[in-house]
Amino acid sequence: QKVSVEVLDHLEHLALVDFRDSEGVERLQKAIQFADHLHEVNTDGVEPMDSVLEDRCLYLREDDVTEGNCTKDLLENAREKVEEYFVAPPGNIPLLKLEERDTFLQGS
Amino acid sequence: GPGPGPGPSPRGQRAVACNAKGGAVPAGKSGLAPWIPVVGLEIHAQISSNSKLFSGSQVQFAAPPNSLVSFFDASLPGTLPVLNRRCVEAAVMTGLALNCSINKKSLFDRKHYFYADLPAGYQITQQRVPIAVNGSLSYSLYIDNKMSQMVTKTVRIKQIQLEQDSGKSLHDDTRSQVLVDLNRAGVGLMEVVMEPDMCCGEEAAAAVRELQLILQTLGSSQAVMAEGQLRVDANVSVHHPGEPYGVRTEVKNINSIRFLAKAVDYEIQRQIDELENGGTILNETRAFDSKLGCTVPMRDKEGKQDYRFMPEPNLPPLILYDAKSLPANMNHQQVINIDWIRERLPDLPSVKREKLVEQYGILPEHSFTLLNEDGLAEFFESVVKQTQMKPKKVVGWILNDLLSYLKQHSLTVKESPVSSFLLADLLNLLEKKEISSTAAKQVLAELWKGEGKTPLEIVKEQKLELLQDQKELEQICQAVIDGHENE
Repeated sequence: QKVSVEVLDHLEHLALVDFRDSEGVERLQKAIQFADHLHEVNTDGVEPMDSVLEDRCLYLREDDVTEGNCTKDLLENAREKVEEYFVAPPGNIPLLKLEERDTFLQGS
Repeated sequence: GPGPGPGPSPRGQRAVACNAKGGAVPAGKSGLAPWIPVVGLEIHAQISSNSKLFSGSQVQFAAPPNSLVSFFDASLPGTLPVLNRRCVEAAVMTGLALNCSINKKSLFDRKHYFYADLPAGYQITQQRVPIAVNGSLSYSLYIDNKMSQMVTKTVRIKQIQLEQDSGKSLHDDTRSQVLVDLNRAGVGLMEVVMEPDMCCGEEAAAAVRELQLILQTLGSSQAVMAEGQLRVDANVSVHHPGEPYGVRTEVKNINSIRFLAKAVDYEIQRQIDELENGGTILNETRAFDSKLGCTVPMRDKEGKQDYRFMPEPNLPPLILYDAKSLPANMNHQQVINIDWIRERLPDLPSVKREKLVEQYGILPEHSFTLLNEDGLAEFFESVVKQTQMKPKKVVGWILNDLLSYLKQHSLTVKESPVSSFLLADLLNLLEKKEISSTAAKQVLAELWKGEGKTPLEIVKEQKLELLQDQKELEQICQAVIDGHENE
């Protein structure tokens, strides 16, 4: 069962990934097929497991101030800054509509 | 889409809306059936703690930009969340105060969306199993505008969840850019979800005010709306009795309790007007414009927002204990005992009010007002201790005279130029019948100037002493009678 163009478009919007070409889409298909193997196991009545850590104790930290005050280090990575603020575009730049995008999905 | 599904109201006993003023919202101009407004609230309270929810950077209002930010808060690779014990305790205290069931096992999830002030691209929250569920909040409000009688209402608390706050975006429209300050990113929040059991702005405001007082009493949040420590979003819809719930809108950008009431009432009326004129309500997010006193469409929720919730893989489940389940050989610092916290809860506002009524014989309405002003109840008790006047009489002076002065001059109780000592002193003079009640009001007006004079000094200065001497009084009366005999 192939992944539809609508789903691929939706995923590109949600995760800002770029499937770009047939190789990218094929890789996605293979990943889904690989995960589908899980359906071969009967999991009736079994609680889903989130993580192999779920039996570990969640460590609780004391409410002390131990970090921060590293403005210079943090801003070092920023391409643009204004007086110790990070600079970002005025709003989310929306992904172009499917027809206007320069990707595999745009092709016929 | 619409709110809770079709069919009878899940709220059961509350069949008709808004009886603070009596009855449902009356029929519109076209004579249609009455409208039932439905109001639910999502409240975000910043947790009062030294450090953030998952990192050790400081929590503080108004610090130099990006100075209270750790590598984790900035979402730099290779960093991991570490849960702050104090934040968990704050959430448990709040859950207990709101009569919730505390989930002994709760989980953390990631809620994904893109925005410049959310560096990780997701917020860590509790979507599947929050820390507390199924509580209730009782609040009081005046039945009419005369403020003479109060009625108690209840709103159900759906849940309380722990989650991260985002950073702050400052819009620089001239240069078409946004400046991002991550000081607030990662600060612990308690999201309190109130079921749509309210029906008007007044109820919403009263409920939030009571929650604010509870949080401040517990100390779990300072809940100062002006500093963004308490943020409220309202969900509003209207429908005809017996019909399914209408489409709801979400109203954001409400900066005070007063504006909350205005925003909710405006939105209810807007929806009614729209529907009665044959229009439809869009499931949208609207912002309250306090200058214009109206709600305006905010952002286009292009289709449905898909947050792609997934379990937070870096945090195992949060396990809480009680006296019964307390593990034997575990480091105390790693154990949170719900019963231990419950035993140490302070008196909640509702309990404090009852105690005031019981101890001093004042009316519930008086008790309500005393607790509604920061420091006023303490001021009242202090005066009572220092005077022989009955508390029932003292409360009149506190609420009618002192409080109205404070309000007129926009002062808090702490800023009052008249201390409890001075007021008690004045009331003692009145109680001993050394001055009349009219004279006492005059003295109070003088004391208000804060010139450092004592009540007795003012009485002497203005010759306000009541004559006690029987003989002297007889002489005066006789003189008056004699004077009139000549007419």
